[in-house]
Amino acid sequence: MKLNSKIPEGKLEDKWKIYQAKSTLINPANKNKLNIIVVGSGLAGAGAAATLAEMGYNIQSFCYQDSARRAHSVAAQGGINASKNYQHDGDSVWRMFYDAIKGGDFRSREANTYRLAELSAPLIDHFVQQGVPFAREYGGVLANRSFGGVQVQRTFYARGQTGQQLLMAAYSQLYKMVRAKKVEMLARHEVLDVVIINGKAKGVIARDLSTGKIKRFAADAVVLATGGYSRVFRLSTLAIGCNGSAIWKAHKRGAYFAAPSFTQIHPTALPQTSEAQSKLTLMSESLRNDGRIWVPLKQGDNRNAFDIPEEERDYYLERRYPSFGNLAPRDIASRAAKERIDAGFGVGQLKNAVYLDFKHAISNLGKKVIEDKYGNLFRMYKKITGIDAYKEPMMISPAAHFSMGGLWVDYELMTTIPGLYAIGECNYADHGANRLGANSLLQASIDGYFILPNTINNYLATELKETRPTTDHPEFSKVENETKNIIKRILNVKGSRTVDDFHRELGKVMWQECAMSRNRQGLEKAIEQIKSIHKEFWSDVKVTGNENELNTELEKALRLADFIELAELMCTDALQREESCGAHFREEFQTEDGEALRNDEEFAYVSTWEYNAGSFILHKENLKFEYVTPSIRSYK
Amino acid sequence: MKVTFKIWRQENTEAVGALKTYEIDGLSKDMSFLEALDYLNETLVLKNEKVIAFEHDCREGICGQCGVFINGRAHGPHDNTTTCQLHMRSFKNNDTIVVEPWRANAFPIIKDLVVDRSSFDRIIEQGGFITAKTGTAPEANAIPISKEISDSAMDAAACIGCGACVATCKNASAALFTSAKINHLNRLPQGRQEAHRRLLDMTAQMELENFGNCSFTGACEIECPAEISISNIVEMNSRFIKAKLFDK
Repeated sequence: MKLNSKIPEGKLEDKWKIYQAKSTLINPANKNKLNIIVVGSGLAGAGAAATLAEMGYNIQSFCYQDSARRAHSVAAQGGINASKNYQHDGDSVWRMFYDAIKGGDFRSREANTYRLAELSAPLIDHFVQQGVPFAREYGGVLANRSFGGVQVQRTFYARGQTGQQLLMAAYSQLYKMVRAKKVEMLARHEVLDVVIINGKAKGVIARDLSTGKIKRFAADAVVLATGGYSRVFRLSTLAIGCNGSAIWKAHKRGAYFAAPSFTQIHPTALPQTSEAQSKLTLMSESLRNDGRIWVPLKQGDNRNAFDIPEEERDYYLERRYPSFGNLAPRDIASRAAKERIDAGFGVGQLKNAVYLDFKHAISNLGKKVIEDKYGNLFRMYKKITGIDAYKEPMMISPAAHFSMGGLWVDYELMTTIPGLYAIGECNYADHGANRLGANSLLQASIDGYFILPNTINNYLATELKETRPTTDHPEFSKVENETKNIIKRILNVKGSRTVDDFHRELGKVMWQECAMSRNRQGLEKAIEQIKSIHKEFWSDVKVTGNENELNTELEKALRLADFIELAELMCTDALQREESCGAHFREEFQTEDGEALRNDEEFAYVSTWEYNAGSFILHKENLKFEYVTPSIRSYK
Repeated sequence: MKVTFKIWRQENTEAVGALKTYEIDGLSKDMSFLEALDYLNETLVLKNEKVIAFEHDCREGICGQCGVFINGRAHGPHDNTTTCQLHMRSFKNNDTIVVEPWRANAFPIIKDLVVDRSSFDRIIEQGGFITAKTGTAPEANAIPISKEISDSAMDAAACIGCGACVATCKNASAALFTSAKINHLNRLPQGRQEAHRRLLDMTAQMELENFGNCSFTGACEIECPAEISISNIVEMNSRFIKAKLFDK
């Protein structure tokens, strides 16, 4: 299949307007006849479900949690970017677009990334109207702060709980439409497969997690908004239930997967302290506005942080990247931390951390100001570590975080399967090889509220003329049986190892070979190891309980089975890309001073993978840069 | 580290439940409480037993999905924290730790430590939103909101919907949860247009769901992980009278 990105004609700044002017409309009475399934209830999913319902479509909204309000958008702390230029510091749509495309190391489409910046300003208006209590100045106008990779202040925030507040807005709008009887909410339902009829997405198979019942749902279009898949590393900043199952099943049914290996490693998470650890808690990047990152100048310096004098500290980000300093983008900050830790300068019990120090900020601005800005983060830090960060520096460490990669989508956010859309973090669209801080909430919201509701009509207008298949269609039976068989197979292995045990093993391989830095030899080894984990899993996993009940162990096993397959594709993708770009750092391709060495001649494309019975076929979407010139990405 | 867990096991909503004792060794002080349950569950799998069902997701205190009664307190021994942010260092070696689900008529038990909190969603459904369609918003700075108002709306909006307030209340009242959402929206100019209707509809749903009445013991604000103040309930109650008398 030839990839058609469907980029509209016209100048960059006119494309979205031209698209909207020319797209098909559906009259309100007809929208009422069309059903849409939305999988996932985070910012993208809830925003899309609420907005599509307002337009008149009938929505079924799915989430695996007990309530739509739990989706992991809730955990985003720092903020959301918008090119409002309220700070009068030279911001504009163009500058925001340029920051994002450069931040992504020139591996995203110009038209998509421009649209992200273009729609950011009205999104802030939208959230204020929905009741988001963004931070404000005393005069009553909205406040801003800076985020990594950027030299203007364009980030809007609600204390350290921006994601929570945006999600509450989306969740409340979703329930507004539940009340209006336009949305049926299916909480505690996990979508396990997508049903494709005559080449088009026409429904899903879901498991009711309370009862174990497998159910069929038919619709005219299916929207996946299932978030990121960094739990493939096991230890990540994600919620424990986050998974890649729905997108992986869609991939196996024909949706191409783009840039699966592009994973963002976040520089400011709390370090791992033990083997039993289940997750790595993120400390917001906003802390880097006022905190300074350092390690001791001397290797293995075991003194307490406050006993180490200024001249014996290495503020390595300020040293290596003087113009961006502590606000260098995430991929660069993470790699720089890894470099120091690997070289033996790490701090903390396991020597796997670096310091994030507020001493200077507190003495310059006063404790009150710092408390006002980051109070809840300092409290959270104390709860988890028992350490008072007003008195001694925080210890932080890189952790797996955001998936830039995801299902390939065109300008309309449709995957390669007609009628199947992917929005928010689960698609590959706007961020290229590295996402800038505070662009994640932005992308999820814009996909859900603004873009999909404008693009899905084009497809649905043609579907109006067709009859929607019922769940009695043989394809539904077939897919349901396949799902049931997978569940039976897992339960029948009755082996000797727990799901978590396999997940730990997979996580170690992925963290070692497919995280912050990668090389050919390691990736080839990882692929072999993953294949053997796959084999072992299906012959030795042990899951107790049965399929007809709430069975959390079975849920974990089903998610892990998909993660194992996805992990292999991630390594395959990383192996194929013989250059360093953004979060993808291949050790073989670096400059003399250890910076990423991009290769635009050969690799200015989106690697897009087709599933082929256990192996993967590469397709390339070549990226054309008409408005920006890919430059060496320097933050020095 | 070694502890004895006494954990509520219940097959399903209709089944009779009971506390079951598990002695477990090999824990570490740095483990979170939920990681200790993970660890216990792994040992159960290896012994061919069914795992203990418990709720959790983000494990960083913000999603509100986790929540159990630990030694008679919602979310465990500390004030204003979630279960996922509790660590084993808060317990002593050889402690006995009793773990039970939230207990409230409006939160039926689904299995073991998992309860159904969809009654909270239904309260939100009755007005915990601002009626504004996507696309209808004016420019964000067109309506100034003082920092004080915005901050106090944020204080109320911080609720994570975990249900600890209900679980710890001797009346199983949802007044703290409901008032927090009402006040979050009613304090903002955008939410003021439907303030009275919101207050009346949401409190009516709260009663319909069989939550108890608030008798002002203040237990809820001690456990609330988001530190929602009971002054929210005072505000809701006083505005309730105004809404009832002067506006529908």
